[in-house]
Amino acid sequence: MDRVLFGDNQFFGVNHMSEEKARSQQMRFQHIGAIIDVLDAAYDEGVRTFMCTTHDRVAEICDHFRSNPEKYPDYRFYPCMPYAHKYANAVTDHGMIEALRMFLPQDGAMGAMLKGGVALANKDIETIMHLLIDAEMKMFAGLNTPVIFIQNVITDLLIGLQLDECFRYFHDHVRANYGAEPGFITMNVPRLLDVLDRLGIENPIVCANINKLGFRMCGGKEEYENIIASRRFRPVAMSVFASGAIRPREAISYVCEQQNVESIVFGASSKANIRQTKTLIDKLSVVKHSG
Amino acid sequence: MLDNEELDAIVVSTPSKFHAVQVEKAIKRNIHVFCEKPFVLDVADGERLVSMAEERGLVTQVGYHYRFVGAFQEAARVVRSGALGKVHHVRAEAYGPVVLRPKGGTWRSAKNEGGGALYDYACHAIDAVNYIVGMPASVSGVARHGVFSRDVEDEVYCTLHYSDGASGQLCVNWSDESFRKMSTKISVWGSNGRITADRQECQIYIRDPHPGLKDTPAGWTVRYTTDLTKEVWYYLRGEEYSAQIDHFIQSCKTGRTDGENNFRSALQADRVVSMILGEGTGSGSSSSSGGLSSSTAPTKNWLNRIFN
Repeated sequence: MDRVLFGDNQFFGVNHMSEEKARSQQMRFQHIGAIIDVLDAAYDEGVRTFMCTTHDRVAEICDHFRSNPEKYPDYRFYPCMPYAHKYANAVTDHGMIEALRMFLPQDGAMGAMLKGGVALANKDIETIMHLLIDAEMKMFAGLNTPVIFIQNVITDLLIGLQLDECFRYFHDHVRANYGAEPGFITMNVPRLLDVLDRLGIENPIVCANINKLGFRMCGGKEEYENIIASRRFRPVAMSVFASGAIRPREAISYVCEQQNVESIVFGASSKANIRQTKTLIDKLSVVKHSG
Repeated sequence: MLDNEELDAIVVSTPSKFHAVQVEKAIKRNIHVFCEKPFVLDVADGERLVSMAEERGLVTQVGYHYRFVGAFQEAARVVRSGALGKVHHVRAEAYGPVVLRPKGGTWRSAKNEGGGALYDYACHAIDAVNYIVGMPASVSGVARHGVFSRDVEDEVYCTLHYSDGASGQLCVNWSDESFRKMSTKISVWGSNGRITADRQECQIYIRDPHPGLKDTPAGWTVRYTTDLTKEVWYYLRGEEYSAQIDHFIQSCKTGRTDGENNFRSALQADRVVSMILGEGTGSGSSSSSGGLSSSTAPTKNWLNRIFN
């Protein structure tokens, strides 16, 4: 994984500090062109990985990259699935079973089986998970997706429900069918690592909030620091600025001090901010790694 | 299950029309109850259940999770401190993308089953108003309309009246696609300032500093969720959900019956819903096409006549 990954919250009106700011970002990025401009700016700064949700609009971004392979020869997508609101809204509209059917393929033997409700009736979670993963991955066809993440809302729900085996299904399917490394996003790192340990999933890629404020680091900042220093996993730090609550230098400095953090994902809307953050990470990482 | 298992507590998370009967069954077996919102569809049921639960010393809670959101807790703290001076107006707004087309085959779109934006959406905003500034004495000027739904309202607007002369507005619309998810904002105006709170931030304006709110100087103060949010033991899609269920479990452990969102507190939201329904066209809606009718005769409400 690259040291610096580019996130997508800013493009889809997700801001953990201000709804006004979220809305103005939604306005700014309502046309894909504005998003591509920012991705290009990041690309120019050497940020070559886009870590994005499987939001419907990401499909349009994928189209752009598929159509211009010569412009981005080394570009990588790290899909994060699912975009949960898509499903929640469908369930509200159509009810649980109908919503599930909507997202699953209707063709082929499996489709027919699902149509008849066989997999649903048998609670065949593995089959349903495979189909949902495939449905989410459709938009990335032909693009380079070396890491595929499962979103924290699902990771943390599965941990809570003790459906541990689902992590194994996800892990195996992503490796076998996409040749990709599975990644797990969570707000509860200590618990997730215990579950993955029990399943024998070694050295997993785990993306979580890692910030100086301890914001949304369940189990506490100190425990996170200890775990990062002592347990075998590949941490990806997100929310390093805690939505802007921590000043850039202070924020990056803290994350770089956690020496086992492998990658840092951040979102930004301007070339200046992208450059500032990328430069800070490069600089502070070099200092730490050479010292 | 109730007959076969020895339960300490139960979570009632069924369609709203089943709440009353299921909650009653649990109470009769002396089981603590967490009930999803809205508490009940009939205030009389609610009153009976409140009495039953209180007589038995049971822990009760309803899922009004906004009371566990840091920014709303902060708003309540500021208002209760008296720093805003005499409160004269409150506005509660809730918008989101729930019903965006004329179809819908779930109980949420069924009349008399607790479907519609009033029971399913507005009740959160109403409870937040009750929490932050208190329960209104009456309502008037109710407009309940279907934007897409045939049998239930998709938008609710009304004026709130307080016994001390303060007023308020409730604006709820769950057919607003411009919002990514439900967004609720509560604004309170007083003689010494105002506050606006949503899930993410609290914007406070104070004219003269107030001894009851020493940490807030004159002028603007903005506090963000990153500062206001208390860490929870397990995060799943928002601290408030973990915090509320933890609150319930702690109540069960310690026998706390006056915890946040107990049945007595949650029933106040149902009372306001009932006022809104009563003020409109009496039984809700008799219209079967083109949405619900607006009230044109606010004086129909007996509460109005008493308090105005």
